[in-house]
Amino acid sequence: MMGHVPLSWFLMLSAVLFSLGVAGFIFRRNIITMFMSIELILNAVNLTFITFAYQRQQVAGHLFAFFVMVVAAAEAAVGLAIILTVFKNRETLNIDDLDSMKN
Amino acid sequence: MDLILFLVFAGIAVVAAINVVVQRHPISSAISLIAVMGSLAVLYLLLGAEFIAAAQVIVYAGAIMVLFVFVIMLLNAGGETKAGRSFVASLLGVPVLVALLWLLAYYTARIYPSDTEVHFGGFRGGTAQAVGRALFTTYLLPFEITSILILIAIVGAIVLARKELE
Amino acid sequence: MQLWLIPTLPLAGFLINGLFGRRFSKGLVNTFAIGSVVLSFLWVLKTLFGLGGIEAAYTEHYFTWIQSGALTINCDFSIDRLTAVMLLVVTGIGSLIHIYAIGYMAHEGGYYRFFAYLNLFMFFMLTLVLAANYLVLFVGWEGVGLCSYLLIGFYFDKKYATDAGNKAFIVNRIGDFGFSLAMFLIFRQFGTLDFARVFAQAPAAPVALLTLIGVLLMFGACGKSAQIPLYVWLPDAMAGPTPVSALIHAATMVTAGVYMTARSWVIYTHAPIAMDVIAYIGIATAFVAATIGLAQNDIKKVFAYSTVSQLGYMFLGVGCGAFSAGIYHLMTHAFFKALLFLGAGAVIHSLSGEQDMRKMGGLRTKIPWTFGVMLCASLAISGFPLTSGFFSKDAILLAADHRAPWLYWVGVFTAGMTAFYVFRAFFMTFTGKYRGEEHHPHESPPVMMVPLVILAVLSIVGGFVFKVPDFLRTVFPAVEAPEEFGPMAVASAAGLLGIGLAALMYWYKPGIPDSIVGSAKGLYTLVYNKYFVDEIYDAAVVKPLVNGSRVLLWKGADVGLIDGIVNGIGARAKGIGGVLRLAQSGNTRSYATWVAFGSVLLIFLMALAGGLR
Repeated sequence: MMGHVPLSWFLMLSAVLFSLGVAGFIFRRNIITMFMSIELILNAVNLTFITFAYQRQQVAGHLFAFFVMVVAAAEAAVGLAIILTVFKNRETLNIDDLDSMKN
Repeated sequence: MDLILFLVFAGIAVVAAINVVVQRHPISSAISLIAVMGSLAVLYLLLGAEFIAAAQVIVYAGAIMVLFVFVIMLLNAGGETKAGRSFVASLLGVPVLVALLWLLAYYTARIYPSDTEVHFGGFRGGTAQAVGRALFTTYLLPFEITSILILIAIVGAIVLARKELE
Repeated sequence: MQLWLIPTLPLAGFLINGLFGRRFSKGLVNTFAIGSVVLSFLWVLKTLFGLGGIEAAYTEHYFTWIQSGALTINCDFSIDRLTAVMLLVVTGIGSLIHIYAIGYMAHEGGYYRFFAYLNLFMFFMLTLVLAANYLVLFVGWEGVGLCSYLLIGFYFDKKYATDAGNKAFIVNRIGDFGFSLAMFLIFRQFGTLDFARVFAQAPAAPVALLTLIGVLLMFGACGKSAQIPLYVWLPDAMAGPTPVSALIHAATMVTAGVYMTARSWVIYTHAPIAMDVIAYIGIATAFVAATIGLAQNDIKKVFAYSTVSQLGYMFLGVGCGAFSAGIYHLMTHAFFKALLFLGAGAVIHSLSGEQDMRKMGGLRTKIPWTFGVMLCASLAISGFPLTSGFFSKDAILLAADHRAPWLYWVGVFTAGMTAFYVFRAFFMTFTGKYRGEEHHPHESPPVMMVPLVILAVLSIVGGFVFKVPDFLRTVFPAVEAPEEFGPMAVASAAGLLGIGLAALMYWYKPGIPDSIVGSAKGLYTLVYNKYFVDEIYDAAVVKPLVNGSRVLLWKGADVGLIDGIVNGIGARAKGIGGVLRLAQSGNTRSYATWVAFGSVLLIFLMALAGGLR
């Protein structure tokens, strides 16, 4: 027993990381930091996938995690390009300053 | 042995995650995030996901985070300012998060009792061979589509970030 | 027998001239217009010869127009002797007037439009006359009202003409309301609107209902045939061209009311009170209109009031039970009244538009043929012995005497007045010295004179030749009074007296009228201004309606209520949108918070509902 880790602990860890990611997204004002919080969320989800792959003894979970990674990469690339453009136009990285959709 | 590994790296992950959220300057957050990813790679290994662990380090920590760091460097924006307030966020944010965390934890504990154990080597199906086989047979279509997705992302990133034509 | 050809020939004329007439030459327009009416007349003759004696009504069924529940209306035409008389009058006089109009309208604009409308009128009038049920008759009834409106307002650039057209149509419409109510009652009681079936069932119906129906039908006839209280449109209708006045407002349309009441004789003979109402309205109208006619100076207005008065005579005949006498007078009146109007038209034409008699005079030598025909007409209308008017008027007066002697005496007095005002007009126009500006009065062209001569002949001998009461003996019940010499002589004497007085006052001693007027100024003003009836109607009916409509309905209901609701809905939507819009803060973090909140809620609800498994 000493060497084994209950499965549910992995899921709990995933939940904690997920919540921390959501917290970062809600409470931080810097756009880049918000982006990084999103990456944190995605990692938490990856952990969940791998955990369930272990539980079910199937490799499908690994595949899902792989695709999540690919999409995260694409998203990071495009998202950062957008942030660059926004910074060029608005001179600010504060998300509360980007409110042209207000009312 | 596995337990200790788990506790150590889980701890590192949580602390680094908190650091990501809490740090003022984005570059500190970025470095902490790399730490998170690294510890997660170890945890993947514990779960038998060799290929994914390697991909995590190479792609996530090695490419995506480097991209983040470059952008932070490029923008040279400095630490976060205090301006701007969101009434809703400050009011609802904490309760929502607490509720979220509690829900997930509660149901996780309820549904998955602690009898399933994880030990290193318990799952041998996460090798590169296994992943590769599945990728090119069962999941061929998503694979091809993701390659197009990457192409779109490249084109989009270039178009968005290039210098304006004179 | 193809009865349908009778109205459809003029309809074809209307369509061709209406659609294409703009590009036709005058001759081509004439061909279609006159040709269609003359052909219709010839077809009437052929049909009547083909039918022989017409002992019973001959009906042709064309198609079922309305079939709705218990209501079945067929488009049927039927001819009996009454219809035959009407057809001959309408198509015969119609043809003559069409020919006359070629000359009269030669220099007017809108030539093809005039003939198109005239043909359309013929179509509707013939439909009215041939109808075998009340609804088809009503179609014709409304249609002639429409054509009257179109033709009165023919000179549409003159406001008084278009106003007159409106007045005619609106006043007619009031009468038509009564007619419609009568039709509803007829259908409710008898279950049908066919003449044959209604008249078969009528004797069994309750008298009170028949009386009500009769009175309502008469109300409709008051509108169409210009009786009290709905006569006010006819004098104003003189704004239309003279052939229109002759055809529509003398010979045919205004007689539709008389025809309709005569056709409904079964209803009336079983509702004596309704017949009395007709007689009283008739005599009252005859008397009042005659008094107004005494003082008018416009030659067409004199004849307009004369028409109203003579129509009153016809209704007097009908109301006293002498239906055929009423129709007889309808026919003779068509002859001489059309002639009077057309002759007046010739006079006006020769004076290039002058209508005021005070500016005429001495035209006997200048337009002798017109003088001759007008003399014939004036003698006929005055009931000069042995003219057509003499026979028909006497038939009516004898029936009135039979019914109630006071009706007879008022009728005789009115006959005297009729003779007086007609000859007043005659003498003012044709005798004495010419009082007008230099107009070089010239005789009218033959195309106008030939119809006048034909009408003049008919006015004089039409009474003998067409013995209508004998002819209609099979249609109407025999309530004719015997020809007593006494009353006839008195009536003729009254006529001659009227002629003599007029001759005295307007030919031999022209100063007398002015002195009479001077001594009875108030009475003269009252009569000259037609008893201010138009002004009274205007103040009592028109103005309150118009103002009420403007204030209550337009400003209150339409602008206030309906626009308010519609605009209000728009404003409400805008308001709600304006409020909802405030929810968009533009702040990404608050959006994210809401997303998280929503997902937590969902998970919670799912867990409550049955588990996450």
